[in-house]
Parts: sequence; C-alpha cells; structure tokens
Amino acid sequence: MARPPAHTDHHPVVIDRAGLQALVDTLIADGRTVVAPTVRDGAIVYDEITKIAELPAGWGDEQKPGHYRLQRRKDDALFGYVVGPDSWKRFLFPPVSVTWRAELGEDGVAVSPPPQPPRYAFLGVRACELAAISVQDRVLVNTPYPDRDYAARRENAMFIAVNCSTPAATCFCTSMGTGPRVASGYDLGLTELLDGRRPRFLVEIGSDRGAALVARLSAHDAVPTDREAAAAVWSAAAAGISKTLPADGIEDVLVRNLEHPRWDTVAARCLTCANCTMVCPTCFCADFREAGGLDAHQSEQHRTWASCFSVDHSQLHGGSMRWTVKSRYRQWMVHKLATWHDQFGTSGCVGCGRCIAWCPVGIDITEEAAAIRATDGLTRPSTGATP
Amino acid sequence: MKTIADLLAEHKFFGELDPQSLEFVAGCGKNVHFAPGERILTEGEPANTFYVLRSGSVALSFFVPGRGATVIDTLGDGDLLGWSWLFPPYRWQFDAEARDDVAAVAFDGACLRTKCDSDARLGYALTQRFARVILGRLQSVRMRMLDVYGVGTPH
Amino acid sequence: MSMALALPTEVRPADAMVPVPYRVVGRARETADTVTLTLEPVAQPIADPLPGQFNMLYAFGVGEVPISISAIDAGHRLRHTVRGVGAVSQQLCAAEAGAMIGVRGPFGTDWGLDTAMGSDVLVVAGGIGLAPLRPVVHQLLHNRRRFRRVTVLVGARAPEEIVFRGEVASWQASARITVRTTVDYATAAWKGEVGVVPTLIERVTIDPEVTTVMICGPEVMLRFTAAEVLGRGIAAERVRVSMERNMQCGIGRCGHCQLGPVMVCSHGPVFPWSRVGPLLARREL
Repeated sequence: MARPPAHTDHHPVVIDRAGLQALVDTLIADGRTVVAPTVRDGAIVYDEITKIAELPAGWGDEQKPGHYRLQRRKDDALFGYVVGPDSWKRFLFPPVSVTWRAELGEDGVAVSPPPQPPRYAFLGVRACELAAISVQDRVLVNTPYPDRDYAARRENAMFIAVNCSTPAATCFCTSMGTGPRVASGYDLGLTELLDGRRPRFLVEIGSDRGAALVARLSAHDAVPTDREAAAAVWSAAAAGISKTLPADGIEDVLVRNLEHPRWDTVAARCLTCANCTMVCPTCFCADFREAGGLDAHQSEQHRTWASCFSVDHSQLHGGSMRWTVKSRYRQWMVHKLATWHDQFGTSGCVGCGRCIAWCPVGIDITEEAAAIRATDGLTRPSTGATP
Repeated sequence: MKTIADLLAEHKFFGELDPQSLEFVAGCGKNVHFAPGERILTEGEPANTFYVLRSGSVALSFFVPGRGATVIDTLGDGDLLGWSWLFPPYRWQFDAEARDDVAAVAFDGACLRTKCDSDARLGYALTQRFARVILGRLQSVRMRMLDVYGVGTPH
Repeated sequence: MSMALALPTEVRPADAMVPVPYRVVGRARETADTVTLTLEPVAQPIADPLPGQFNMLYAFGVGEVPISISAIDAGHRLRHTVRGVGAVSQQLCAAEAGAMIGVRGPFGTDWGLDTAMGSDVLVVAGGIGLAPLRPVVHQLLHNRRRFRRVTVLVGARAPEEIVFRGEVASWQASARITVRTTVDYATAAWKGEVGVVPTLIERVTIDPEVTTVMICGPEVMLRFTAAEVLGRGIAAERVRVSMERNMQCGIGRCGHCQLGPVMVCSHGPVFPWSRVGPLLARREL
C-alpha cells in the first residue's frame, strides 16, 4: 500500500484546462468514477463529475468557527477554496456500507460478502486530506483485521491532488505537519497557476501509475517560470495559515487534565449534534447493525457512520458509560489529539479545520487545547474570568 | 488449644491492643459452644455480650411476618458478632443463630463497659475497633443496595 | 433438513468480518434468564478459543452480540452462556437445537492461566461473570498439580440466580479446590453465605506475593473486589479482570468499546488491574 515518495525520477509537466478535461476523460475511459469538488446547496462538496465545467470555477470559501459561506473570487480559479463538509471518507468509508449478506434457505443461513466497490479517481485532494487518508489506513488497514471494503476502495483509487492556494481562517495544517503542500501518497499533484499567463497546472508526478497517466496526455515539461509560479503559490498558502494548535506534547497535557474545569465550560456549549465527527476526515466510529429485509429470508449487516457524541454510543444494557455531555466532548477531543497516539501511533487530527467551521456553536478545537494548556493542572475554576 | 489471650493477640481486631488492655479483655472472655440451630442472640433482648467466632458459621436474620427468618448476613471464623452491647439502649437489633457447630469466645460486655467508663484509653481503643467493624458491615450492605447483578442497571 | 451448507467460495472461515455458520446441538437453562448453548461448526470451525476470549454470535435477522466462551469442548464445539437482556441475546436464549447461529471470532485477550503456574490462584466471580471464568476453573481442575492453593469465590444476587449451580456444588464436593458461594438476598432454604463477595475474601488466607487473582462480574463488583485484594497486599499487576463494553465489531474498529487509550475488545477484555484500574477511577472516561 505504500506509495512512492514525492521526489521520483519524473519531472513535473504542465497541462492546461483542456488537458485537465482530457485527464478526466482518460480516467473515465479507464472505467473509473471521477469524484471532484462541485458546488451544491451553498457548499463545495465532493461528487461524481464528467466535465471540468462542474468544478467550482471562481468560487472561494469563507470559513470561521460555526460559519461557512461561498464567495465569488476575482479570478476563475478552479481550486480557489479549501475543504467543505465532505471528506474523501464519504467514498473510501461510506456512510452506509454492507458488510455481509445473509440468506435463510432450506439448508440454513448462507452468508456472503458484498459486491466489489467502484474504482475511483479523486480529483482535488488536499494535503490535509492525503494525511487523513493515511491516518485512516492505519486504523482500517494496518491492523490484524483489515477492513476489506476500505482496502479495496483504497487500493483501486487514484489520487489527483491539488496544492492549496487560498487557505481558510480555520486551516491549521501547518501545526499538524500535514500541509499545505502535498508531500506523498498521491499519483499526480497539481498546482493551479493563474499568474496572468494562460491558466495551467503544474503537474508533479508522485507514482508510476501517475506517470503512465500523464504519458497519455499532451503535456509538456515544466519550465523554470512554471516552477517559480508554483513556488509562489505554495509559499503564499503557507503564509496564509493563521490558526495554530501547538501540537507538541498536547497528548500529555490532555491526559493529565481529564478533570480540568474547561471541559465543563465547553460542555455547556456543545449540542452533541455530532457534526464534527461527520465532517472529520479521520473519524471512523461505526455502528454494525442488522438490516433485515421485508422478505424474511434476506438480511444484511450494515456498517453506518456513528459518533461518540451519541448518548447511546457507549450504551450497555440499560445505561450509557458516557452519559454527560462533558464526558462525550472530552472523549472526542482526548481521543483525537491524545489517545489516538496510543492506539495508532499518530495524531488523529490533520488540521483541516472542518470541525471548527461546521460546529453550529463554533467550538474551536485549537482554542480548547490552548485554554487547557495555558491552565495546565487546574482542577476547579479560578475566581474571576472563565478559564 | 490456645488460651483466650493467645487468640486475641493473633486476632486482627484485638492484636494491636496494648498488653495491659489485652490482658484485661482476655480476662472478660470465656469459651462457649453452640449447637447447630441454637439461637445465640434474640432481637430486643438485653445486649451484654459480644462474641469472637473461632469456628463455625452464624446467620444474622430478621423475622419478617409472613416470610419467616430472613437471613441478612452470615459470619464465620474470626468475625466479631454483636456491637449493640457498646451503645444504648444495649439491646440486640437482630437474631443470630448457629448454622453448624460454633465455637466462640464470649466476652462480658457489661464488665467491659464499666471498665471503659473509667479507663478512657481502653474505651477509645475498643470503640475505634468496633467502629471499623461496623463500617465494613455498612459498606457490605451499601454494595448490596446497588443490586449490581440486576438486569438493566448500568454498571 | 440437510446439515450441509453450500458456503460461497469467497467466504474464508478466518475472515473476521463475516460470520461462520454453527448449529446449536445442545441447550441448558441455567437460570430464569440465562441459557448455555453448545455449538458445532457446520463446515469449517473458527480457531479454538482460549479461556477469556469471546465470539460475536449472530442471530439471523436480529444482529450480533459479544459472548464469552463459557467452556471449551472437544471437536471444536463451543459453549456460550447467554443472558437474555436485549433483542439479540433473547433470540439466542430462545434458539432450539438445530438452529443456526453465526460465529465470528475468537477475539480478545485470554486469562493467561499458564503464566500463573506455581502460584496460588484466586478466582472471584459475580453473577454472570462466572461464565467467562468457568473455563479457567476447568483448566485449574485439569492441571491441579501445577498450582498451589486454588480458591473460587462465587457471588450472586440470590440462590436461584447462581449460574452452573450444580457444577459449582460439584467443585465444592471434589475438595480439590476451595469453593465458597455467597448471595445478596437469601431464601429460607439457602445454607450458603450471605453478603458481598469482598466479605468472602476477608476470610481467605492470602499470601500476596504468590497469588494471582482473576475477577469477572459487574463493573461495580470489579472495583470493590479489586480494592479488597489490593488491600490485602496483592500487586495490581497480579490482578486480572474481564471488562465489558458495547461491542459491535469485536476487532477494535467500531469505536464503541473504547475506554481511554484502550479498545476493550482487542486490548482486552482481560486486563491487568494495573492497566484498567486508573482508567475506571475516572468517572465516565
């Protein structure tokens, strides 16, 4: 499953927008479902496309705690925004998926696995998203019991990444070491160049599979001005990140502050709506439930997205282990930033900022982490200002 | 067979008493036996004795009209039986019955009470130790109130 | 009805995500709400479980629940003792001989009795907690000479709720191990002890340096019992408990069983108290 490192023998090339359409056409001709960002219902979501006209040309996103709005850009950039409510887990780890089918026949119950999933090509994958997929790989594949469905989708998917140009105020990938520039795990890495010349894309080749794809397009080698234009995009993006989460040692800080009064403060705001877990690209909690058919002879087990914020998530005949809002918020944040390390050897957070934008009351994980770190060891509220 | 003094010296309850107190308390004790089914204590009767069980099993019960004797606790080797001798109104609060052959040491509570009134050190030491026993029994009852084995009780 | 089942070729018996068919070949009612099922594989068996491990048992059309192994039999037979507390477990309790049950497993950590050879072993079971411990008692009896003092303490709500009551009596009668039972609520006919399990422990002679303790039961009972044995000087590393949590996948991936840094189904369910004691001390972790 390991992908070749970024610095392969392949030189970057340049394609124009027609070339991008040709890329999409080639992927479709190869029997792939191309999924890319597109505008729907006032947001940029991921959906199947066939034409690059379906990309959010000229759209940008304004994101703040509890706030997401699309805005018109001054240019017609195809990728001039960051991430919306969808992540690629919608396709790699779908909200509803069948784990097995069971049929009651004369001989008893026969159980069969579900059909093979589609072969995808994901266009417009951001650095933080590649990092998130890598985190989910550890959770779902690098275990004694790999998830077959996820592994199949993952293995068969191609990743056409895009380097961010316009970070949102909610982005903090630089703090988590995941961006804004893509480093590895992609087949092709695009940087959109709108430097006054013809709109084009610098294409970095990240795998042999990507090289083979490029060979079928009419692309020409990148020249120094292309690389300089791309470098300008990369540095502007990094400089544009304003939010930070000092991640160094945060896991120890959180684990030794499980009784910090800040948990009560945030619990008073949290609605346990589970939005954060739905939009988070690394959250993997799922329900495994029987879905019986109307026909008494057919039944299926479904895996559906679940959330530790649900009161019944930890239910055990008669009651829940985590009944209070405080315990559930604490569970999510401590898992994401601390105990994820114990379980998977990495942080669960990639700094995409979705949970901040999509929280209806605007809870900001970086703010909560900072507040606890600043008052490390506090066991009851200090007199005066709320901690 | 060990003397009562030896028994007390080894006992987790009395073992830490100073030698003088130990000797006094031992002097108030005598060996007793109960046959299976024999009543040891009766609810409401004057409480002037307490027992340290040497062997055998004792059931504490309440008589519940319509249900009969309801066993609420069982005691065995080394357990202390009876604390109502130490506090007014000095009456037993429950019944106690030997379930098999019981060997015990019976202590003259009335005598000890009088001595405790004049010897504060002994009084404190005994009261403290009995308080600990009562605490242990109380905890046990509290645990049972939780009905942890019941269905539908979240643990 | 034919016993043979045509298994689809893509289903590998060792596949942890898809149930393997087993048939009920025996059922025994233990208490009013508890039944022990004996299962035989229809075709390929799962790997032989170790004491302490559990399987996900699947009732067609209803769902799956995690149930510990309550005895290991020859010929890849599995015995599971199920308490009917929800839709799936009630369906399992109602399963008649010949019914088909899906099995995924075995999952989780085992009691590790082999690491306690040469020591004193204290087994403490509360309520249905005796079921996951029964295979350990079987192992202790089968290998009696490999252990020093063996004590089994069984607590239950009332006499009629003691699981494997006849078998417990036979352990007691064998005199090869010390067995004591206690109930919270006695009936007139009850000749055993009355009171909580920690009180029984008070009366057991313990050499803390060489005693291994195994406890299973409701979590409150685990805490009280662990506190009691720790108070007797036994190190927390020598005390093992079996934990229970909401488990839906059994393989550490659905997230429901998480307790702080551990997934109970895969890092447990058997844990040393040194590991889970501090986690359970945090309310609602």
